[in-house]
Amino acid sequence: MPTKEKPYKSDEVVIDVRDLSISFGSHVVLDGFNLKLHKGEDMVVLGKSGSGKSVLIKCLIGLLRPDSGQINVLGQSMDSLKQDTLDHIRARVGFLFQSNALYDSMTVRENLEFPLRRHWTRMDQHQADDLVMEALKNVGLEETVDMMPAELSGGMRKRIALARTLILKPEIILYDEPTTGLDPITGREITDLMVDIAEKYQTSSLIISHDMKCVQHTAENIAVLLNGKCHAMGTYEEMLSSEDPFIRQFFQ
Amino acid sequence: MAIPKKALAFLKQTGELSSFTGRFFSEGFRPPYEFGEFIRQCYLIGNKSLPLVGTTAFIMGMVLTIQLRPALISYGVESELPFIVADAIIREIGPVITALIFAGKIGSGMGAELGSMKVTEQIDAMEVSGTNPFKFLVVTRVLAATLMLPLLVLLADSISIIGSFIGLNIKGVMSFRLFMDDIFQYLDFTDIFPPLIKTFFFGFSVGMVGCFKGYFSDKGTEGVGRSANSAVVVSSMLIFLIDLIAVQITDLLGFN
Ligand SMILES: Nc1ncnc2c1ncn2[C@@H]1O[C@H](COP(=O)(O)OP(=O)(O)O)[C@@H](O)[C@H]1O
Ligand SMILES: [Mg+2]
Repeated sequence: MPTKEKPYKSDEVVIDVRDLSISFGSHVVLDGFNLKLHKGEDMVVLGKSGSGKSVLIKCLIGLLRPDSGQINVLGQSMDSLKQDTLDHIRARVGFLFQSNALYDSMTVRENLEFPLRRHWTRMDQHQADDLVMEALKNVGLEETVDMMPAELSGGMRKRIALARTLILKPEIILYDEPTTGLDPITGREITDLMVDIAEKYQTSSLIISHDMKCVQHTAENIAVLLNGKCHAMGTYEEMLSSEDPFIRQFFQ
Repeated sequence: MAIPKKALAFLKQTGELSSFTGRFFSEGFRPPYEFGEFIRQCYLIGNKSLPLVGTTAFIMGMVLTIQLRPALISYGVESELPFIVADAIIREIGPVITALIFAGKIGSGMGAELGSMKVTEQIDAMEVSGTNPFKFLVVTRVLAATLMLPLLVLLADSISIIGSFIGLNIKGVMSFRLFMDDIFQYLDFTDIFPPLIKTFFFGFSVGMVGCFKGYFSDKGTEGVGRSANSAVVVSSMLIFLIDLIAVQITDLLGFN
């Protein structure tokens, strides 16, 4: 991996999280979390299972409402948004779910068409077909277009989910544990795909992971989530040489 | 006085189900409408429950006729048999049996389907794809169940009556013409409409409970199974409860 002079390529901030707090009942999950993602940057959020990583990115696209704190995505504050403004932002932010979230009752084609038809309502069948095939080509699975999700392997399902995320050409992609539950070889393939995509479409990404192989290849910066706060922040090399016992755990 | 845990949980569930139903009325009738998905759900519901409903209805009509016949002969009113059976079917047996089968097949299906969509984040995925999942999944299913159950009941009633005709002809002889004349000589609107109206409520509650249980399913495959199971239990209870209320109302109105 080439070392980078500057940790990020642009001064433009696409995601800005300030003092984010959220709790479920008496269980405090996030407690004053801060994070900035710059345009073109690939950042990883490291954290133990159950530390609130998924909660964090679900707050970013308004799937969960924080108790307090500010979230700015692409220059828009996420609280008190009108439904159509919120949908507009969601069309520009891709989300790869940990469990893929492919619609079981739909074919791969219908799965990919779903966000297209919903977000870009004026679109003829010909255009939609082209975009579906382009997205499938990006993940190398054109032949599965008329298959059902249940007929695919775990790695293939992850790729189809990625294709569905890419089809709207998002400016930011949020990845929730993209390689968890995959064998190391398939995990590596997904990681390579993520790197290709970031380069090809110039996306910014926020990646949640504790697979250090994936982190090493994708991360420019790493944020460590501990006790609901941003515990540390730095490049992969900085984290690797850190003396902090909590950070060291991830590299063992 | 300490309130037992079970009672509290029951009250909590009831409250949540009520607010879920409230949400159906506040969101369901606001555009945009998911018309295509509604039609698809109607088709799926009819397609899935038709064979089961048809078979049971046929058997119920036939068995009822064969069992009632000796008693009616001994009272010397055998000629009333077609009307008595038809009235029992149209007023009570058709609606309730069909609704219970509907709860078992469609209600549990909704609980399991929405439950697994919930735990695999498909509902979240819909929401970020510019779709209101409550409208797309819940409103369409509840409306489809409300509309389809009455249609299925009408069909079940007709099949039951044919079953009865065949049952009657196993032991005795009666022409189809005479059989039908006999039924329609006595049957009037108060026999047909009140039961039909209650089936709309049956269908609505099966849809509502099935979707509610699925939509708030617990994580894991066990949670999904529990949702499907309790969808059937709760909606079956509601069917009997509505039936009980309906009979009181028709009684007050003098329709019984
Ligand atoms: N909708 C919810 N209701 C209640 N508790 C939740 C909810 N979502 C997440 N939690 C809790 O928040 C904590 C963090 O969850 P999560 O973000 O999924 O962890 P992870 O870091 O493994 O992704 C967990 O303890 C979980 O039980
Ligand atoms: Mg998670």
